Formats: sequence, C-alpha cells, structure tokens
Amino acid sequence: MPTPPAGPPVISAHQLSKHYADFKAVDGISFEVPAGESFGLLGPNGAGKSTTMRMIGGVSQRTSGQLTIMGLDPQEHGPEVRAHLGVVPQQDNLDEELRVRDNLIVYGRYFGLPLSYLRPKADELLEFAQLTDKAGAKVDALSGGMKRRLTIARSLINEPKILLLDEPTTGLDPQARHILWDRLFRLKESGVTLILTTHYMDEAEQLCDRLVVVDKGRIMAEGSPAQLIREHSTREVLELRFGSERNTTVAAELQGIGERLEPLPDRVLIYAHDGEAALEQVIARGLRPLTSLVRRSSLEDVFLRLTGRSLVD
Amino acid sequence: MSTQLTARDYALSGSTRPLAALYSRNARAVIARGLLATRSSNWLIMVSGFFEPVLYLVSMGVGLGALVGTVEGPGGQEISYAAYIAPALLAVSAMNGAVYDSTWNVFFKMNFAKLYQGMLYTSLGPLDVAIGEIFLALLRGAMYATGFTAVMALMGLITTPVALLVIPASVLIAFGFASFGMGITSFMKTFQQMEWINFVMLPMFLFSATFYPLSVYPQGIQWFIQALPLWHGVELLRQISVASFTPATIVHLCYFLVMIAVGMLLTTLRLRTLFLK
Repeated sequence: MPTPPAGPPVISAHQLSKHYADFKAVDGISFEVPAGESFGLLGPNGAGKSTTMRMIGGVSQRTSGQLTIMGLDPQEHGPEVRAHLGVVPQQDNLDEELRVRDNLIVYGRYFGLPLSYLRPKADELLEFAQLTDKAGAKVDALSGGMKRRLTIARSLINEPKILLLDEPTTGLDPQARHILWDRLFRLKESGVTLILTTHYMDEAEQLCDRLVVVDKGRIMAEGSPAQLIREHSTREVLELRFGSERNTTVAAELQGIGERLEPLPDRVLIYAHDGEAALEQVIARGLRPLTSLVRRSSLEDVFLRLTGRSLVD
Repeated sequence: MSTQLTARDYALSGSTRPLAALYSRNARAVIARGLLATRSSNWLIMVSGFFEPVLYLVSMGVGLGALVGTVEGPGGQEISYAAYIAPALLAVSAMNGAVYDSTWNVFFKMNFAKLYQGMLYTSLGPLDVAIGEIFLALLRGAMYATGFTAVMALMGLITTPVALLVIPASVLIAFGFASFGMGITSFMKTFQQMEWINFVMLPMFLFSATFYPLSVYPQGIQWFIQALPLWHGVELLRQISVASFTPATIVHLCYFLVMIAVGMLLTTLRLRTLFLK
C-alpha cells in the first residue's frame, strides 16, 4: 500500500451522532479523511457504519456533532455535495422498472448531466461492469453479482471525487471480488477518495490506507491495517480445535502459553510472536488438538481483542 | 476517471440560493424517469385507472338514471341523471388518482421499492422528487380527464364547448389533493395508518353531493359537507359542464388555489421528515 497522500481533509466528522428513540446508532464519532485516501469503517452488522455513510451523503439527519464534506455541510448543501459523490448502498436499489442501460442514463440525468455525455458514458460503464450484452435486459433478470456490478457502475456515472461503498463485495464470488478490488484500486490511483465499510478483513487489508474499527456506534481504534495489528495483536496466532465440548475446558490447561489466550466456542486462539513454538509447548503439555493452524494476525483478531466478539456472526 | 484529481478539485463553494439543501431545479429528471418507466412497464395499470369512473357512469348514470329520469341542473334546467353525475364522477376520479399517487404510491416507492433512496443519493433534492411526482400525477390526471370527457361526449352528455374546461379544472382539483396528500404521507409510518386515508376518502366520495343534491341534508350537515374539498370540486365541474356560472364558481376555484398553496407549504416543510430520515 502506498503511503496516504497528505492534504486538507475532504471529510471531517466531529462528535457525529445519530440517535433513534430507543438506541444510539452512531454515538459521537470523530475522524478526518484527506483527499485521495482510502478510508475504511470496519465493524459488525449494526455497528453504525451504514448510518455514518448515510449522514455523509446528507440523506440522514444527524442528531448532533459536526460534519463537512469538501468544506460543506451535507445537511445544508445536500445536492451540491452529492454531485461529487458516488454511492454504492449496502442493498442494491436499482430501478426495477427500467432496463439495464436506462438505469445508468436515468441516474445520470438525476445529476443534471446531458444525454450527449451520458450515452457514451453508459456504454463505457457497461463495458467496465461486463454487462454490455445485458444493456437491454430487465433488471430483475440479472443475477445477484450482475446487479451488484450494475450498482457500482451506476455510482461512477458522474465521475465522483468521493466514492462511498457500503459492503461493496458482500455476496460476490471470489473472482468478482478481485475484479472489483482491481477497479477500485485504479480509481484510487486516479485520486478518487474511497470510503468503504466492510466486515471482511481481507478486503479492509487490501483496500484501506487507514481504517477505524467501529462497534455499537463508537470508534474503538484507528490506524493503518498493519498498525492496528501491531498495536492490538501479536504477530502470529495459533488456532486449536479440541472438539466443541472441550474447547473451553481445555483452556485452563493452556494458561501461560503465548501472550494471550482466547477461548471461543469452536476453537481456542493463542496469540504468540511465534506460533510454531507455542504449538510445541501445547504438545509438550500432553494436549492433542484435533486440528492446529498457525497464521498471521488479521484485523479479525484486532476486532476480537477490542470488542470481545467476532466480526462475522 | 482518467484525469488525476488534485486537492484543488476537492474545494466546493456552497450556494446561498434559498432551498439549496432541498432543491436542485431538476424535477424534469424525475418526470423523464416516470415517463420512461410508464412506457416500459406500467401502462396497463394506467389504463385500468381510466375505466373506473367510466364504469360508475355507465352503471349509475345509465342504469340508475333509467329510474331517476331527469333532475334539476345547476342553472335550474332539467338534465339527465347521467349528465348530473358525470362531472361529479370526474371530480371523484381526479381526487382518487391524485390521492393514490401522492400517498400510497409515494409510501410504496419510499419504503419498499427504495426508488427515492437511489434518487436522493444524487444531486436531486427531496423537493425535486416531490415536484416531479406531483407533476406526473397531474399529467396522468389530465389524461384520465380527457378520456372521461370524450366518453361523456360520446354519450351525448356534453352540450356546450365550455364543458371542455372540465379538463383543466379537474387538473386543478387533482393538484389540490396531490399537494396535500404528499404532506399527509410524511406523517404515516405503517400500512394501518395508510388505511385511514381510505377511511376518509370513501365517505367523502359518497356524501359530497355526488349522486344527489346537497339540499337533502339538514343545514348543519350541509355546512360540514361544504367545508370539504370534494364538494367544491363536484360543484365546480358541474357548473362548468352546463356553462352555468355564479359567484360561487369563484369561491370553488379559490378553495383549490388556497388548498394548493397550503398543501405545497405543508409538503415542503415535511420533506425532511418524508425523505431524509
């Protein structure tokens, strides 16, 4: 990952909150995103990521705090701010009453763009999304992955400076995800600022220069993926499975191995600088795990450490 | 996408235009979308909406009319029962179409089809969406009114060219109901609450001097009916249909002008609640 480009923040949130009658979806979060950065919000479902995205787009009213996008408050200048945003919502909201190519063109007209620009642009984006042969198809005839690609193509119709991607690759197969990551990387190289929510660690590690870990509407930690792993986890993790009955009971016998122990219902995690060495100690104590795996620490471990819970339920 | 963005590209200067947060002067994009969607999928629903008042006119006007014979029209002249109820049915259909488009249709597109969520993530503001949707509702109302007037003409119920003014007048009536309906929808959260709208509409349809004159009611009830918008619509179209105008015509017209003004104000004030949650 290249170092994040320095510059004045294009997004600046200060003590941003969104409270509903009975719960606090976003509870006083502050962050800044400089131009051209790829910034991630990592957290489980219901953490407040989507609500934050909606406030950035000016389609959700904040309860308190300050927010500026490119120097403007999206609540006061919604249309002007959104003219430079591209949005990929968590759930595809394509226009089911229009055909595939018309979805792009009509969406472009919402930005007030002329047809002379939109017609070639729509064809270019259909190419980008590998949907050229579906141009005249009805939206409900598309597969889930095709709909997702069309939603992403649609978000680029106005050549946005800031792209908001809410769980962009959820539901895509691995190949489609890699294609998408490649496209996003190219957009980033051209200077587009990416704001991304995800609960996939690999996605966050691939795409984000910097990210915040969000849980229950609050920021738990902030930094680059490598930095967060360094600060909140060990270099390696030893995963042991003793069978679902024994995982928790055997944890007592593992005390003292590695730097930290995390018993989960389906496995025990031992955080250690050297995973192989930790495994040798386990064997030396006469314990025989059914399976063992040594891996590098990931953001999943950071999240587990910070919140005591897994990212994916 | 090919040009490299620099920090300068990221500086915006905010407009100080009034309503800049809600309106981008691009309602025509919403209208264009509506026309395209109608062309590619909705036209059958459109056609069915046209037949409802026609069926009423045939069954009540021709069927019931055979029992009733002639009745006294607005100017005191004798007219057939069908000619008496036809303008009233036109007013009812203007009301029903406008209310349906501005309440149920908006509620559905907001909460289920998620159409507006997509629109509102663009440069469009909620006022662009509201104006576009109201315009589409009125366009549809104007088409229905034209069709119904043609049916009236075919049935020999139109005796003066002045009667063609029922078409713009029913668009005015529809505008009054549509502007109000969208504001009302902003208060609705569930399907049960939406049902209250029907609960108000049906009695208004049956009792607003639609099928018989207001004089059958005791004085107190007459006043109540005269306060309701549909009665003014029925009377306005009935007067136009026989070219019999009185000072009350002005009152009916003004009733709708005020209703449109108040309705648009209500809708504009409620836009954030309706579209930006």
